[in-house]
Amino acid sequence: MNAPVDYLLHLADNAVVLGQRNAEWCGHGPILEEDLALANVSLDLIGQARLLYQLAAKRLGGDATEDTLAYFRDDTSFRNYTLLELPNYGPLVGYAASDRDYATTIVRNFLYHALMSLVWQELGESPDTELAAIAQKSIKESRYHLEHTGDWVIRFGDGTDESHDRAQKALDYLFPYTAEFWVASDVEAQALASGAGVDVSNLHQAWNEIVEDTLAQATLKKPVVKGYVSQGKQGVHSEHLSYLLTEMQSLARAHPNATW
Amino acid sequence: MSATIDKAWDLLEELTDPEIPVVTLRELGILRDIRQSPSGLEVVITPTYSGCPAMGQIEDDVRQTLESAGLQATVITQLSPPWTTDWITEDAKQKLRAYGIAPPHTTDSSVNTIHLSRNKPSSQPIACPHCCSNRTSVISQFGSTSCKALYKCLDCREPFDYFKPY
Repeated sequence: MNAPVDYLLHLADNAVVLGQRNAEWCGHGPILEEDLALANVSLDLIGQARLLYQLAAKRLGGDATEDTLAYFRDDTSFRNYTLLELPNYGPLVGYAASDRDYATTIVRNFLYHALMSLVWQELGESPDTELAAIAQKSIKESRYHLEHTGDWVIRFGDGTDESHDRAQKALDYLFPYTAEFWVASDVEAQALASGAGVDVSNLHQAWNEIVEDTLAQATLKKPVVKGYVSQGKQGVHSEHLSYLLTEMQSLARAHPNATW
Repeated sequence: MSATIDKAWDLLEELTDPEIPVVTLRELGILRDIRQSPSGLEVVITPTYSGCPAMGQIEDDVRQTLESAGLQATVITQLSPPWTTDWITEDAKQKLRAYGIAPPHTTDSSVNTIHLSRNKPSSQPIACPHCCSNRTSVISQFGSTSCKALYKCLDCREPFDYFKPY
C-alpha cells in the first residue's frame, strides 16, 4: 500500500521549512565551521524535501511538479510541525541581539532530528517501497544531524553560565511545541491505516530516552509540557510560516516557469 | 547488444566526480548499472546524499558523453539500495588518499544505532593523508561538500578532508 500524498507532503514540508530556516544562517554563522554545517544540513533537508515532493507530484499526476508543491501552495496547505517554522531568534525577542539565536537553532534541530532518526528508521521498512527508499537515504543524514546538534546541546548546556542560560531558555521556549509530535493528525492516521505510515505514539519513549540522555549530560532541565498543543501539521500555523513562505516563494511566483 | 553496453562502460569510465576529480563515477559507486531495455540504453546512477548538488551535472555528463559517441541513453536515478561509502573501490580509496582526502573506513553496524558521538566506542583512527600519523582530531563535522568532514593532523599540523563513512 502507498502512503497518502498528504502524508508525503507532511514529511516534505517539515524538511523544506526547517531547511529554509537553517539557511538563514548562511553567511551569518557564529563560527565558520557552523556556518558550513548549517548550510550542509539545509542541503540535506532540501534534498529530502525534493525527493518527497517529486514522489508526491508523480502520484498526484496532472500538472503537479516538485516546484508547484513547494512554491505554489499557501501557508494553510503546509503540513509541517509548528516547531520548525518558528523564527531563529526564539526567546530573545525584544533584546538588542534578537536577530538570531544559535541556541534556538541548535535545540530546535536537535528535537526534530531525534524524532526523524526514529521516523525514518520505521519508514525504511514501509511497504510503500518508494517512500522506504527515501527513508533509507534520509536516515543516515538525520542521524548525522542528531549527532552534530546533540554535541552542541551538551557544549552549550555544560558550557559557560551564558551559554547554559541561553540553551535552557531555548529549550523552555521550544519544548512545548514537541507535544505536536505525539498527537496523530488525520493524515498520519490515514497513513498508518494504509500500512505505510508510522505510529508516532510508539516512538515517544525512544525519543524521550535520546532527549533525556543528552539533556542530562548538558545539565539542562527538561521542561514539563502541558496546555496548548500546536497544530501546524493540520494546517493551523503561527504567523511566522507566512513570512517564511513569502520569502521562499517570491521568486518562483514573480517569474512562473522561469528557467536558468 | 552487450557490445553496446561494454562500449558505454568504456566511455563512462572517463567520467569523474565533479567535486572530486581524481575518482571516477564507477569507482565511487555512483554509476550503478548500464542495461538495455525495450526503449533503449539505460544508465542507472544513485545520489550520494539526497541534496547532492552534483547529481544534475553528473546526469548531464553521462548523457553528453554517450551522445557524443552516438549512443542515446536514458539516465535513471535510483535511490534504493541507498548509496554507501562501502561501495568505493580500494583503488579509489588509494587515489583519495594521494589527493589529500582521508578515505572512509568500512561502515559497521554501530553506525546504524542511534547514539551521539561522545558515546561511541573508540573508533578506528583516521590517518592523516599527508604524513600518515594517527594523531588527528576533528575540526568540523561538516566540510566543503556533504560527503566530507574537516580534520587536522596533530603531528604535521595540516588540515585535511575526511570522507565520512556513510
